[in-house]
Amino acid sequence: MRVYADNAATTQMSEAALAAMLPCLREEYGNPSSLHSLGQKAAEILWDSREKVAACIGASPKEIYFTSGGSEADNQAIISAARIGAEKGKRHIVSTSFEHHAVLHTLKALEKAGFEVELLPVGEIGNITPDQVEAAIRPDTCLVTVMYANNEIGSVLPVSEIGAICRDKGVLFHTDAVQAAGHLPIDVSAQNIDLLSLSAHKFHGPKGVGVLYARRGVRLTNVINGGAQERGKRAGTENVAGIAGMAAALEEAVSRLDENAAKVTRLRDRLIEGLSQIPCSILNGDPIKRLPGNVSFCFEGIEGESLLLLLDAKGICASSGSACTSGSLDPSHVLLAIGRPHEIAHGSLRLSLSELNTDEDVDLILAEVPRVVEYLRSISPLWQERR
Amino acid sequence: MALYSETVMDHFMNPRNVGSLEDADGVGRVGNAKCGDIMKMYLKIRDNVIEDVKFETFGCGSAIASSSMATEMVKGKTIDEALAVTNKDVVAALGGLPDYKLHCSVLAEESIKSAVKNYYDRNGIAYDPKDFPEEDEDSCRMV
Repeated sequence: MRVYADNAATTQMSEAALAAMLPCLREEYGNPSSLHSLGQKAAEILWDSREKVAACIGASPKEIYFTSGGSEADNQAIISAARIGAEKGKRHIVSTSFEHHAVLHTLKALEKAGFEVELLPVGEIGNITPDQVEAAIRPDTCLVTVMYANNEIGSVLPVSEIGAICRDKGVLFHTDAVQAAGHLPIDVSAQNIDLLSLSAHKFHGPKGVGVLYARRGVRLTNVINGGAQERGKRAGTENVAGIAGMAAALEEAVSRLDENAAKVTRLRDRLIEGLSQIPCSILNGDPIKRLPGNVSFCFEGIEGESLLLLLDAKGICASSGSACTSGSLDPSHVLLAIGRPHEIAHGSLRLSLSELNTDEDVDLILAEVPRVVEYLRSISPLWQERR
Repeated sequence: MALYSETVMDHFMNPRNVGSLEDADGVGRVGNAKCGDIMKMYLKIRDNVIEDVKFETFGCGSAIASSSMATEMVKGKTIDEALAVTNKDVVAALGGLPDYKLHCSVLAEESIKSAVKNYYDRNGIAYDPKDFPEEDEDSCRMV
């Protein structure tokens, strides 16, 4: 038996996505920029996908820019907003300390280029308030970029309220919605979102494709220069199959959003309740405003990589924010941002569910995780000394 | 490609000599919690020979495997033979480690040396401190 509980990393492709992709890979292989009928058929698929994606997030098709994924969309959104700001002499950017690296590293690069970046603290619970954003906005603020939901600890942020504040203050608002799209409702106009990033493979679409939504009137700066694809804002022959697969996956995810969220939330809460019984365990992230599928814990006295390897041997695929799993010296910046000490952050476990998971999956996880944690503690000097 | 060699996985999944020795003659502890790995080595020594050895490790798969392999490499050996075991020997015996995991083998070597040093200290045996690792490191190391 294999239990896949790493859906925040990537998801299994849906049949709908696969069915939409296969014709593009076989008979409809034209280049959408070609004038002949085969090319125009591909252009039709592209437009159709653009309309579908736009409808899923409350945008209009011309506000949709296809990218290689969430990271590219984040880069382009932030770079574009920074350029617009710089032209008006505004060089202050507000964000949070637990954004994805696609956002944080882009901001770091802008800092070197003379921008001032303010990262709002996310507190022990791992969330921010709209008031924090309002207080941070200055006359020279050109961008607020705040993620919709955190990829590691699952907190869902108050993006609608933040959007309203930004619109009121005349500041561009970008949200990295990679973990939210297909899982939480998105309506860019009602939520006053100017720029939004999403990635197909987080909602049962293919890898290597994503979307940057940019509200009409928000001028994009190219990250990839070349041909006139994507209205001149993103060069390169379009990944037609990937885009078609993404549109089909997103359409399906959005049409079943409430039903899936209810199912996944119930499984999630079973896991959280069960794993909370483990002594010296602590839930990471907002316990209430939380992604339906996210379960994140720290277990004292153990290290995450060995936990993952032992769970993998039991057929459970999960992830961790320990340093060893990242190949760096420090554990996850997200866990450090919510104040977990290094030694606790090393013992983190993230289980991320989708609607494909079952109660049997949860049963297996609840049987194996406590056993593995207990075993690792039994051989851990840190745990032995603590007792 | 697998993350670890078969030998590493074997020593991780079925670690040898895991546990502690109540009546150890020397105990070594290296690494720190902040960096995410601690190794503790217990030695039972008679007539200059390591009669028994046990370890406890907080750390990743390669840290546990490195400690396990190190105990096998010193068990039944003289103290001098045990002190001659280097991290490279541990890596070779494990069939290799990923570059960013090499520090685990260093900790394994140092945990043995640290336990021997503790044995020397307890028994008033003279030694050159240069031959032994410094204690209480503050900064984490990759290698």
